[in-house]
Amino acid sequence: MMLLRGIWDSRQARLGLALLALFAAVAALGPFLTRDPAAFLADPLLPPSAEFWLGTTRQGQDAFAQLIVGTRSSLGIGLLVGVLVMSIGSLVGLTAAYFGGLVDDVLSLIVGVFLILPGLPLAVLLAAFLEAGPLTIAAVLVLTGWAWNARVVRAQALALRRRDYVLAAIALGEHPLRIMLLEMLPNMTSIVFSSFIAATMHAIGAQVGLEFLGLGDVSQVTWGTNLFWAVTNQDILTESWWTILPTGLAIALFGFALAQVNYGVDEVTSPRLKVDRAYTALVGQRTGLRRLLTPVVLARSDADRERTSA
Amino acid sequence: MIHLLRRFAFYLLAAWVSLSLNFLIPRLAPGDPASALQLRFQGRLEPEALQAMKRAFGYVDAPLPEQYLSYLGGLCRGDLGISVSYFPARVTEVIADGLFWTLFLSGVSVLISFTLGSLLGAVLAFRRGSVADALLPPLLTFLGAFPYFWLAMLLLYVFGFSLDWLPVRHAYSDELEPGVSAAFVASALSHAFLPSLSIVLTSVGAWVLSMRNNLMATLSEDYVLLAVAKGLSPAKVLFRYAARSAILPSVTGFGMALGFVLSGSLLTEIVFSYPGQGFLLYQAVKNQDYALMQGLFLFITLAVLLANWLVDVAHVLLDPRLRR
Amino acid sequence: MSDLESRLSGGDEESPLLSIRNLSVDYVGRSAVRAVDDLSLDIRRGEIFGLLGESGSGKSTAILAALRLLPPPAVIVSGQVMFEGVDLLTLDEGALRRLRFRRIAVVLQSAMNALSPVLSIGEQITDVILAHEAASRGDAWARAGELLELVGIEAVRLRSYPHELSGGMRQRVGLAVALALRPALVVLDEPTTALDVVVERQILQRLAELSHARGFSILLVSHDVSSMLEFCDRLGVLYAGRVCEVAPRADLESGARHPYTRGLLDSLLSRHQAGTRLVGIPGAPPDIARPPSGCRFHPRCAFRVDLCEHTIPPLFAPAAGRALACHRPLQLVPPDVDASVPPRRTP
Repeated sequence: MMLLRGIWDSRQARLGLALLALFAAVAALGPFLTRDPAAFLADPLLPPSAEFWLGTTRQGQDAFAQLIVGTRSSLGIGLLVGVLVMSIGSLVGLTAAYFGGLVDDVLSLIVGVFLILPGLPLAVLLAAFLEAGPLTIAAVLVLTGWAWNARVVRAQALALRRRDYVLAAIALGEHPLRIMLLEMLPNMTSIVFSSFIAATMHAIGAQVGLEFLGLGDVSQVTWGTNLFWAVTNQDILTESWWTILPTGLAIALFGFALAQVNYGVDEVTSPRLKVDRAYTALVGQRTGLRRLLTPVVLARSDADRERTSA
Repeated sequence: MIHLLRRFAFYLLAAWVSLSLNFLIPRLAPGDPASALQLRFQGRLEPEALQAMKRAFGYVDAPLPEQYLSYLGGLCRGDLGISVSYFPARVTEVIADGLFWTLFLSGVSVLISFTLGSLLGAVLAFRRGSVADALLPPLLTFLGAFPYFWLAMLLLYVFGFSLDWLPVRHAYSDELEPGVSAAFVASALSHAFLPSLSIVLTSVGAWVLSMRNNLMATLSEDYVLLAVAKGLSPAKVLFRYAARSAILPSVTGFGMALGFVLSGSLLTEIVFSYPGQGFLLYQAVKNQDYALMQGLFLFITLAVLLANWLVDVAHVLLDPRLRR
Repeated sequence: MSDLESRLSGGDEESPLLSIRNLSVDYVGRSAVRAVDDLSLDIRRGEIFGLLGESGSGKSTAILAALRLLPPPAVIVSGQVMFEGVDLLTLDEGALRRLRFRRIAVVLQSAMNALSPVLSIGEQITDVILAHEAASRGDAWARAGELLELVGIEAVRLRSYPHELSGGMRQRVGLAVALALRPALVVLDEPTTALDVVVERQILQRLAELSHARGFSILLVSHDVSSMLEFCDRLGVLYAGRVCEVAPRADLESGARHPYTRGLLDSLLSRHQAGTRLVGIPGAPPDIARPPSGCRFHPRCAFRVDLCEHTIPPLFAPAAGRALACHRPLQLVPPDVDASVPPRRTP
């Protein structure tokens, strides 16, 4: 509860949440409010106008409608992958850290191998051979993405493993799963949340990339397939920036929103930032090694001898 | 030493896993990969050549383990099959062509990104609480949220098409012959500039943040305090004591970053029609050239493993705690 | 010098080496926390002074602040630190740097972290020599070797890295670094916390020997009462950021006058015969963010009166080299120790 309260306190987090709400609204309601993105409505490659806010595509479709309708699928799959990656990664990481020993060695080895295999080439290979479609892409992305989360969670969990309350719980004979989920996990919210955000962003980007290559279901309207259709010729570029630019902006904006919320979470879980600000306010900005030189600031009561030393 | 040997064993394991994945994945597809292969090449290849290729992929009429052995045999012979997109070139030849340009582009981009990012991160950690420190990290994070290829398209459009300042495709001017001449080198560099820039812009943020956080943590370590207490000059304290320790986690991450950049650069190459592995991959996907796809996957993976291994060696050289 | 001043420093002898006056240190945060309040004490030349206190009493804070080595969010809000005629609190970085390790050296707590893991021992000793003196590298390394031998480590270890040494050895290295430039004052912050008893004694012993041989002063900051009593000439006791008592060892052993000091000493096992009850100090140390009013020890003091609750006891000097901050100091003969049994003394 305090966590949510704290997040609300942060200005950045509020901004992020507002943006996320906007995206959610667009995803949920957008398709009902725009034209049919698949319909061939006008001349191809018309620039933005009052009638077509983002102009028309190479096939004469409403680019704005495509962007709006694509939101649902792209964000949905992205978030799904993010949640799955976070869950699987956290579970594996916690298990490895909790049990240690052989379990840890084996799990770490598996994580290591998955981590080192380059994601996109593997994803391309998988997606090319399997049936096209968003769920395939989701599965492929989860497979190539879970390892990073596992490593991050494991590192943090290892530090917690030696804490008093964990040792006490073990001594009391609590079930390992209980300890992992109820004792350790709540103390790792910051890092789990950050890595969830990273995983989601990566998933969205990778998804768009795969679909752009033509490995998604090109009959569906998603951000990635929009780009695919905008670029089907060898000739990547024409003057029609409106078919390409908005997609990237939307992705970046979403990422930005997530990052802002993340910042809010960070602020709550690390009060150091507040202390830093109070300190800088008092002694002014001290760069580099000067920070290690204890400043002398006379107390307010000696106001007439205000003297700040080196 | 032990450490390095263990890492080597790990890389061998990872290499084996990727070989095996390469073997297994086609068999996951709906349908029979052997007949698919047959269909593609029938009429274009001599029957013996077709048979040889099937053996190389393990599409023999035998149980799975034997297929696997057949596949391994093909690998040992360096037989990765024949490319559809570049028929009748062998896959190995096709990959070799693209390898140089990918290494050039990705390698240079990663180095620039790492160096620039670490320096910038160090400056930010140094000027903690300054305006730059408040603005740059969110800005760089924002920049990093853009997909590689989108940023590539943007740069291409703005600087290539609209302003016509830089070339828009290929690795060097069509009129030049590859060779060690000033003109060629200049052309190569100008063609690599935009693609490299797009990679650097999206990846530099991670280095900046990493170095910044590491350096801030290092600066609060006791040994830095002692270095200051010893009355050493600020430069000495920063470089000998703080930076040398702070850079170590970045070095660890370097190997990982290579993998990421290689992935990302694939898409960048596509946008710029840069004749590297990524571009080849694109062609392979478009033409359903599975042999080339598999070959590329294998090759890229092995390259990443090798690069990681080299980074490990460098790491051991830098951190005396690992030498045992 | 005022009467208090001269008493604090021991009277008509030469002026003290280090003289701290009215030092107050805050930790900035949501609201400032006063970690050290109006601290005054002196270190004389050639003496071994022990600053004693529980964890959180502010002893490390006070000394590191006096040396301007306390990291953020600490801020010095008042005071004066006179060393060889200059106020350390008014010096600029350059002047401080010239002073560091040449005149005042520090051995930080937990030498494990005080040595950089990527540099060899030799490099970390020679760089302080080379930074302050115009010596050649060869000379510096030779001296470094001698320094290691001085603290009981073979010179061949110069090429080793910190992680290859045990905790005790690393602490000795810290000592070697501190002695490199023959400073007038060596400050040790909790030098023995992470070490076992045997190693601890060896190191302190060596330190005392060197101090007597070379004539430098030592300031030891620690919570280990028995070690302090064994090795220090004079001790200062800190409680919740304020000085309680300063006295020569002999005086403390025969009778501490501040109830807190008395409590600390009484709780030492060595002072009791077998069969006597163990004595401790009831209660727990206060939260420095919300200290008790008046005398900070009053909630736990068996001898308190009303005055103690309202008024902060001022620091006064009952004799040369002594200081006391108590409204009702105890009598000189401690009632609960058998006076016929002399307190345990170490040779």
